[in-house]
Amino acid sequence: MSWPEFGIVVFRVLATFVLLMVVTLLNVWAERKIVADMQSRLGPTRAGPWGILQTLADGLKLFFKESVIPRKVELGMYLLAPFLAVIPAFLIFMMVPWGKPFMIGDYEVALQGADLNVGLLFILAMSSMAVYAVVLAGWSSGSKYPLLGGVRATAQAISYEAAMGLAMVAVVVFTATQGDGGTLSMAEIVERQTGTWGDISPVLSFVPRWNLFPQIAAFIIFMIAIVAETNRAPFDLVEAEQEIVGGFHTEYSGMRFAMFFLAEYINIFSMSAIAATLFLGGWSGPTFESFLPGFISGLLPIFYFLAKTYAIVFLFFWLRATLPRLRYDQLMTLGWKRLIPAALAWIVVSTVVIGFRQFGAPWS
Amino acid sequence: MGVVKEFLKGLRVTGGTMLRTISGEELVTTEYPKEMRPKPQRFHGRHVLNRYPDGMEKCIGCELCAGACPADCIYVRGMDNDPENPTSPGERFGFVYEINMLRCIFCALCVEACPTEAITMTHLFEMSTTSRQDAIYTRETLLMDEKGEVPHMFPDDELADMDELLTADGWVRATAPSGVAAYEGVQMWQGTPGPANWEPEPTQAERDVRTQAKEEGDG
Repeated sequence: MSWPEFGIVVFRVLATFVLLMVVTLLNVWAERKIVADMQSRLGPTRAGPWGILQTLADGLKLFFKESVIPRKVELGMYLLAPFLAVIPAFLIFMMVPWGKPFMIGDYEVALQGADLNVGLLFILAMSSMAVYAVVLAGWSSGSKYPLLGGVRATAQAISYEAAMGLAMVAVVVFTATQGDGGTLSMAEIVERQTGTWGDISPVLSFVPRWNLFPQIAAFIIFMIAIVAETNRAPFDLVEAEQEIVGGFHTEYSGMRFAMFFLAEYINIFSMSAIAATLFLGGWSGPTFESFLPGFISGLLPIFYFLAKTYAIVFLFFWLRATLPRLRYDQLMTLGWKRLIPAALAWIVVSTVVIGFRQFGAPWS
Repeated sequence: MGVVKEFLKGLRVTGGTMLRTISGEELVTTEYPKEMRPKPQRFHGRHVLNRYPDGMEKCIGCELCAGACPADCIYVRGMDNDPENPTSPGERFGFVYEINMLRCIFCALCVEACPTEAITMTHLFEMSTTSRQDAIYTRETLLMDEKGEVPHMFPDDELADMDELLTADGWVRATAPSGVAAYEGVQMWQGTPGPANWEPEPTQAERDVRTQAKEEGDG
């Protein structure tokens, strides 16, 4: 690897990391503001203009607080769990392409942490790793409420990750028909969603070529599953304050708690980004290169990516302000009796339709 | 599909509230030190000792306020007036007058007990101090000067609103139109510098019309 290539890799990782940190800080603030608006309140107003620095202030405060270690914890696991929460959260976002690749001289700079050819699988693997953090934190705390939270996390993650993975399968099968063979690379999946559906029928030439339209059922299943996967309301049984205090993070304080908190908000953003990438075409969109100056049409894809992602992030906040928490059996019913059968049925329907379109009817 | 319908209904409620809050329609919070809400006319705030227009003190040192005080926070000592140069029109005047604001419950029974309307309350309530000693208001702080201006413990404080300190709580009005019919429209309790010369309260008949209009407006 030559020096410029090495520099580009460092730039990609650092830029992705900085982007993620900045949007996460803003997301915590944005959630507080938006939920406050939905409850006729003001939200944070003191730190900086409109309270925009509130997260920074909270983070600094947590940083300087004592991290209490209770006497009965399993020390190794207890100390490891926060890192197990944060590291997969960062790694997941590294897979997401957040802007159009551009050229510097002979080198291509992709705005993406790393373009693995098994990107989607890696995301699934890392989101499963994140569950270990919750389970281990709950178990190693040596206290009853975190344990209950950890047990809930296990069941919830298994049931909803299945639905999430199955929804992804439908998308991957569909994407395979959109280009040259199947792919799991996130960059490639975005690439195949550029343009419009104009080739199907001229009427559709203004409809972007997003997977959302042919895969609408998979999109709905995926959305429900990622809300559960990130332990957000109405599926936040893992950290239900009213029932089990703070759930898995009850015994954590100071910076260790802040890491769980950070991981939760990173996961919201990266899961929304993945939904935007899989279904809403990621950074793709009209760049008007013919009449806009170069740097604006270069920045537009980043804007499209952020706009699509934030539409979904907003949905997360909206759900949190609207829906009450599900009961445990309702959670299980929804997961196993509704979402997984629906996802399986959708895979069958989708693949049969794709098969007919590709190869024609078997009796013809 | 009933679930979906209810789900969308819920989203509509929160989304609508958000839009109404952003437009300021449903926002009930006032950011207190930045914007002050107008206080009710009969708000019970800090006490003030009044003077007559000729500069004489109204307090005659009778200690009735101290007797009436349920929280036992007023301490008064009377002293005979100097016949040549009297401080108050009566026989005596209050030469020691202390109110412990930490004990005071702002019930205004002292105001009701006062036979000369010497002690009244104002609209100022921002009185926090950093020491217990500062919370004991003495005669120097309570008594208005001859121009009718009331001293403030911390005049440089950003919350020291002198206008509020000069707005009397108007307990006397409570005894006016709705109390005794004969006093309707009569301007009560005049001749005090500072918080004085109020307009009479509207009569019962006027107020009935106003209430009716307001109810119709609401309906």
